[in-house]
Amino acid sequence: MIPAAFDYVRADSIDAATTALAEYGEDAKLLAGGMSLLPLMKLRLAVPSVLIDVGRLTDLTYVKDAGDHLAIGALTRHRYLETSTVLAEQCGVLRAVAAEVGDNQVRHRGTLGGSVAHGDPASDLPAVLLALDATFVARSPNGERTIKSRDFFVGFLETALNPDEMLTEIRVPKVGHTGYAYEKFNRRAQDWAIVGALATVVDGATRVSLVNMGTTPLRATAVEKALAEGAAPSAAAEFAAESTDPSSDVTATAEYRKHLARVLVRRALERVAA
Amino acid sequence: MSGMIPAVLISMAVNGSTQAHEVEPRTLLVQFLRDVWGLTGTKVGCDTSSCGACTVLVDSESVKSCTMLAAQADGASITTIEGLGDAGWHPVQNAFHTEHGLQCGFCTAGMVMAAVSFLAENPDPTERDVRLGLEGNLCRCTGYHNIVKAVLKAAESMKVTP
Repeated sequence: MIPAAFDYVRADSIDAATTALAEYGEDAKLLAGGMSLLPLMKLRLAVPSVLIDVGRLTDLTYVKDAGDHLAIGALTRHRYLETSTVLAEQCGVLRAVAAEVGDNQVRHRGTLGGSVAHGDPASDLPAVLLALDATFVARSPNGERTIKSRDFFVGFLETALNPDEMLTEIRVPKVGHTGYAYEKFNRRAQDWAIVGALATVVDGATRVSLVNMGTTPLRATAVEKALAEGAAPSAAAEFAAESTDPSSDVTATAEYRKHLARVLVRRALERVAA
Repeated sequence: MSGMIPAVLISMAVNGSTQAHEVEPRTLLVQFLRDVWGLTGTKVGCDTSSCGACTVLVDSESVKSCTMLAAQADGASITTIEGLGDAGWHPVQNAFHTEHGLQCGFCTAGMVMAAVSFLAENPDPTERDVRLGLEGNLCRCTGYHNIVKAVLKAAESMKVTP
């Protein structure tokens, strides 16, 4: 399968990328690792007329200790996250889940920023960033702004980024390396999650987020509330499908996804409590 | 959309030899390697980045070449199954031979390339590490057992003769 024809522009700086985005408008897409975008283009589910390749902006590959948080460059690849000692010590949950994305080949190419900006609710890492209340830095020709993770994921493959904005940095709190569990359910080893559930402890409170239970990654707020009120993991997990609207597709019905959410949240909570 | 999309000029080293070619931007790396370079050892399996039959090394790291544009590999150093051994077979190829790590052979090139990259990152793996490390490669004959044995054997042999 070959993508539909497109013009290829290589950006050698962030400014060049955002200028090109402003010039070509909504028909243009940024290409980072391509692990999410290229499969969609091959299936002709995405048909951008211009691809702006930002994959060579190696300045945006980093995990830095920025005092009260960690700053991660948008083009940092999953393999880099997986092997980062800074991340392992300061934000172990993100390192651990990065190691569960796709497979080795995908992690060699795929980037954190690409995964976030793509806005696929089946992606693993956006759910982690949502649970951590991460902040995203967006650049356009008009300047820079930050967007909170709870405002960032708007719909299926849709984010709060404007057509002329590029995600440049992801900021995550330093939560150390204890207290997290990620349960990912799929049928083939390297597949996208049919449903995923993350439990992570931040400042003594357990946060729970869900993968592929709606058009965006979701916080399981009813579960979090039950836990805060003292419910046992198994009781709190019963609320996992509340306020979710999962899709039905070839891999699972919506009803089955809701069942999976309850089971996977329970398992994640029990692992965190153990 | 414009009628004529400008070609991109790309240059890369494949198995140690460098060539420049003009390609359509949408040319996939696997197409480029098979159709332009004539290196048909790299297979197109699922064509949806699931099966790993198209795995090659891009700057020493395993990549699914059906899910990378040739233009993205401009300036890179590519190794395919044809360029793996310096003189004769690579230890991973030897191990696949002696452990009979193949049945129909269609996934083999991709398995070998994925294993080479995996072992570079994990020189002393357990059996479980190998199974996880090759999760991006499917064998349609389901012949995984000997493939895992072969990768473990290759790890041993590469320790003895680095």
